[in-house]
Amino acid sequence: MNFPLMPPQASEHAVAYDALFWTITALTVIFTLIVGVMIYGFAVKYKRGSSADRRNAQSHNEKLEVLLLVVPTVLGLAIFAWSAVNFTSVRTPKKDEMELFVIGKRWMWHVQHMNGIRENNEMHVPVGQPIRLTMISQDVIHAMYLPAFRAQYHVVPGRYTSLHFTPTKPGTYKLLCGIHCGTQHSEMVGFVHVLSQQDFDEWLESGGNRYTKADRSMEQVGADLWKEKGCGNCHQGTDNNRAPSLNGIFNTQRTMTDGSTVLANEDYLRESILRPWDRISAGYENTMQAYANSLSEEQVLSLIAYIKSTGSGATPGQGEYEQPVRDGRALDSSSKSTIDIANDRASAGASQAKELTN
Amino acid sequence: MSATVVDKTQEEGLHEPHPKKNYLTADHTIKSWLLTVDHKRIAVLYLISTTFFFFLGSIAAAFIRAELTNPMGTLLTSETYNKMFSAHGIIMVFFFLVAVIPGVLGNFLLPIMVGARDLAFPRLNLLSWYVFMAGGTCFVIALMMGGVDAGWTFYTPLSSLYSNTPITLALVGVFFAGFASIFTGLNFIATVHKMRAPGMTWFRMPLFVWGQYATGVIMILGTPVIAITLLMVAIERMFKIGIFSPELGGDPVLFQHLFWFYSHPAVYIMLLPGMAVISELMACFSRRPVFGYKFVAFSSIGIAALSFLVWGHHMFVSSQSVLQGIVFSLISFLVAVPSAIKVFNWALTMWKGSVHFTTPMIYALGFLGLFVVGGLTGLYLAAIDTDVHLTGTYFVVAHFHYVMVGGTIMAFLGGLHFWWPKMFGRMYSEFWGKLSAIIVFVGFNFTFFPQFILGYLGMPRRYHYYYFAPEWQVYHVLSSAGSTVLGIGFLMPAFYLTASLINGKRAGRNPWGAKGLEWEHADSPPVTLNFDKPVVVTGPVYDYDAEKDSEMIRAGQRLVDMVKGEEEK
Amino acid sequence: MSSHESTHPDAPVVYEQFEDIGQQQETYVLGMWSFLVNETMFFAPLFFVYGLYTWKHHADFYLAHALLDWRIGGINTFILLMSSFAVALSVHYAQKGRTRAQLNCLWFTIACAAAFIWIKLQFEWIPKISHGVFPNPEFIQNYPHYAMEHGVPAADPYKARLYYSLYFAITGLHALHVAIGIIVFLALIYLIKKKSSLITDYIPTEMVGLYWHFVDLVWIFLYPLFYLMPRP
Repeated sequence: MNFPLMPPQASEHAVAYDALFWTITALTVIFTLIVGVMIYGFAVKYKRGSSADRRNAQSHNEKLEVLLLVVPTVLGLAIFAWSAVNFTSVRTPKKDEMELFVIGKRWMWHVQHMNGIRENNEMHVPVGQPIRLTMISQDVIHAMYLPAFRAQYHVVPGRYTSLHFTPTKPGTYKLLCGIHCGTQHSEMVGFVHVLSQQDFDEWLESGGNRYTKADRSMEQVGADLWKEKGCGNCHQGTDNNRAPSLNGIFNTQRTMTDGSTVLANEDYLRESILRPWDRISAGYENTMQAYANSLSEEQVLSLIAYIKSTGSGATPGQGEYEQPVRDGRALDSSSKSTIDIANDRASAGASQAKELTN
Repeated sequence: MSATVVDKTQEEGLHEPHPKKNYLTADHTIKSWLLTVDHKRIAVLYLISTTFFFFLGSIAAAFIRAELTNPMGTLLTSETYNKMFSAHGIIMVFFFLVAVIPGVLGNFLLPIMVGARDLAFPRLNLLSWYVFMAGGTCFVIALMMGGVDAGWTFYTPLSSLYSNTPITLALVGVFFAGFASIFTGLNFIATVHKMRAPGMTWFRMPLFVWGQYATGVIMILGTPVIAITLLMVAIERMFKIGIFSPELGGDPVLFQHLFWFYSHPAVYIMLLPGMAVISELMACFSRRPVFGYKFVAFSSIGIAALSFLVWGHHMFVSSQSVLQGIVFSLISFLVAVPSAIKVFNWALTMWKGSVHFTTPMIYALGFLGLFVVGGLTGLYLAAIDTDVHLTGTYFVVAHFHYVMVGGTIMAFLGGLHFWWPKMFGRMYSEFWGKLSAIIVFVGFNFTFFPQFILGYLGMPRRYHYYYFAPEWQVYHVLSSAGSTVLGIGFLMPAFYLTASLINGKRAGRNPWGAKGLEWEHADSPPVTLNFDKPVVVTGPVYDYDAEKDSEMIRAGQRLVDMVKGEEEK
Repeated sequence: MSSHESTHPDAPVVYEQFEDIGQQQETYVLGMWSFLVNETMFFAPLFFVYGLYTWKHHADFYLAHALLDWRIGGINTFILLMSSFAVALSVHYAQKGRTRAQLNCLWFTIACAAAFIWIKLQFEWIPKISHGVFPNPEFIQNYPHYAMEHGVPAADPYKARLYYSLYFAITGLHALHVAIGIIVFLALIYLIKKKSSLITDYIPTEMVGLYWHFVDLVWIFLYPLFYLMPRP
């Protein structure tokens, strides 16, 4: 019989993670031994009727208590600091991340590559390439859980979340759901295929092997949707009296009718497509139709991809995978990604946390 | 504890020609039980009902463990499996663990330990039991309607919009159970503050009372929050109002914040009373005062206070910001310190003591061992980075079972065995008692230790199948085998304790030679108003003398040796 | 030890778990305060949720709140403040042993509480509920019409539904407390009139009074939060 003790260690973070994990394990063993030896030793030595010396017994000792207070606190804070540094680094987006979109729905994982390849319950990524998953759920809360990469993050309906990892070993690894999501929760299982760069290129070339070759990239799908829904009737190349232009709008600060400013990130774009009345740009009326019931999450993601590809002189992708994939993005020079910028705004703290890592 | 009034004639109840009436024999009608305001009788009612719920929850657990021996899950459908773990979680948390030690041991002992004739509000206490039973009935009806499948955490929007099971009824049941716990908490707080006997200063209170007091504070501060939150989910299910459902404009993560704001402190509602019991057991069976009494007492209060500031560590990966996560992680490390202090002080209590290996003491030592492991594995989950991989896996399951079962249930069983002679006036079989304690300890470790490894390997909790990872089966089989042993260990006390009621040796006032008002001033079982005469406390708490205790044994041994020597001559 | 029986009919009853009347009174008052702490935590999540969503959807909540009449809320605030004053007076009279004046104050309090609920129902809840403006599936259709009838610009109906869900939940829970208060006051008056052995001093009145002040205090927070929302 085989007793596996460790999951595969297949990402950069997994190595850092396991160092911390086994350090805490060592501490756990040491402290369990200390307490165990104390209990066993005292129990044997001071068993009732034993001839041990029981004189001068103390029932309190402040110095000892302070020691017992300080030692665990110091050790705990050390572990805390180490883990905070690790966590901050894994949550900080890397340069040249390849972005994949993940939609969780009961009960499957839907993965979409920028060039249009779609996969269900499978995810192909090249080795050594920092990956960023932009995730949203279509129904209940799921969690994208990749044990081999020591990576997990909730996939929440109504907002985008992200997961970052850099696979380091080619192979096939488990992709699980970490939050109970209903009847077939345990069948929401898939695999991550980490391929060498060459294999990955071949895989791309064949359009994802088993799947039909992607004929259109996400941006093209978005561009077609844009035409189909007639978005361009109002949102034209320049601001007009009906609607602002959306060219290059991504990741810019927008002023709202109530005077507040909002960062036009993915969450904002999504909300503005689905429920435009919520935040109207200054100088405009609430006239846009709501698409909350007529667009799927996939379609919204494609539209956002298209909007991102406009402006800044970028051209929409041509259906072929390029490295880095983010060539169409308005702000791809920035190492920070959109969701984390949003998080920064929410907490004003991620940047401080980031300093911890430097 | 020494006191001014010591009645020698009542040292041994069995010598009395006409046994006087105690709380059990005071009245025999069913009505006198169902309408009783005696805290001791209410404790017995709680004992019966929580035992019932414990076995109900255990049956669900048995199905879960049986199902997981096979990666393909051959016994149950996924739907039934989900209902099983939900039933197990909800029953064990809300209808067993939260209620058991405060409801049974706390209700029975707290007034006696502070020298009061009853709790401050006896009728409220009875109401608490009825509300508890009403909640339990609601949940049992929900079970009979098919059961709920959203897990005990009731995460929205699964629970509020997507699940088709009678969740509203289950929520109402939990709501009622919450009120039972609030009433108990109110009673404990008022009793400890205002009902202490003359001379019973705060620092002469047994640590059991400190623990129950801290629990009471958490109960009245935390429980209303979960009550209203679950009510909001129920309203959302009925009227589709959209507080927690994103489709309707709500925020699903908000629910988690409110839920864990209660449910993390609830961990301490379950654990602090257990710690309180352990303090008593360690002192009595080491014949020493609890080491560092004040530190142990204040650590209870410290835990109660800090427990309200750490709820976010359940949500490190649920889209809260990095800074938020780090702050919660930091405070979570701080809450570990008072627990560490308690463990070391319990161990140091045995130092220069006179250790008796009785059944309660074996349970207490088992508690120490399991709680150390349970507490230290909490570090993995408090550390924000290690938690990312482990949250939502069997590692978490193993961790909280080490704390809840290895902590609370071991403590409860230890306490029950310790005070059983006080509650019912009879001794149980020490042999079976020790055997069950050892079986529980061994079976427990076999059940839950493999789950730590499973979690690290990446087995998510609440997974019905693991056909994609057959290499995990070996640990599941180990765990299921262990759970059988554990189940036997839990069943044994039900038999020999019940048997002791019929043929057990009469216990007398103080079978353990323990200190404390309940042993020195109350009969076994106590009379209806606990004491024959008003109690006045004059001495310190835990006034044990280990040297004398051991010397007695040694003297006896010398006598035996002498006699043997004579014979040999 | 049974209760300290006393031959004097007016001597306070001390329950058997207490040593003396002083301990009993202190315990009751402490218990009541603990209960109010508990009640505060009961309302706290609702306020928290309301505050959060007001912050998030301020503009829509502001439009939605225009359908509430601040004058009616103001009158109700005044009524509750009067009732609180009456309760405080009744405790005072109870301490002085002036039972008649105490009862009058209590009746006045009940009248205030009933008036509060009547106003709430008559001018606020019933008109809204009869137009379907309460948490129900048709809210989305009903609300804009209702807003138009009142000549108020309509908010996003989804946000308005959230606003009115919270409005009905919180004011409903508060009104439930008011209704319980009426029942408790009636019981108190009945027991006082019957010269029940349960009521021999001012402590029961004081406890009910504490409860009533709490109910009043909740409204003092509710009123500005719901009726007097600042312009976004």
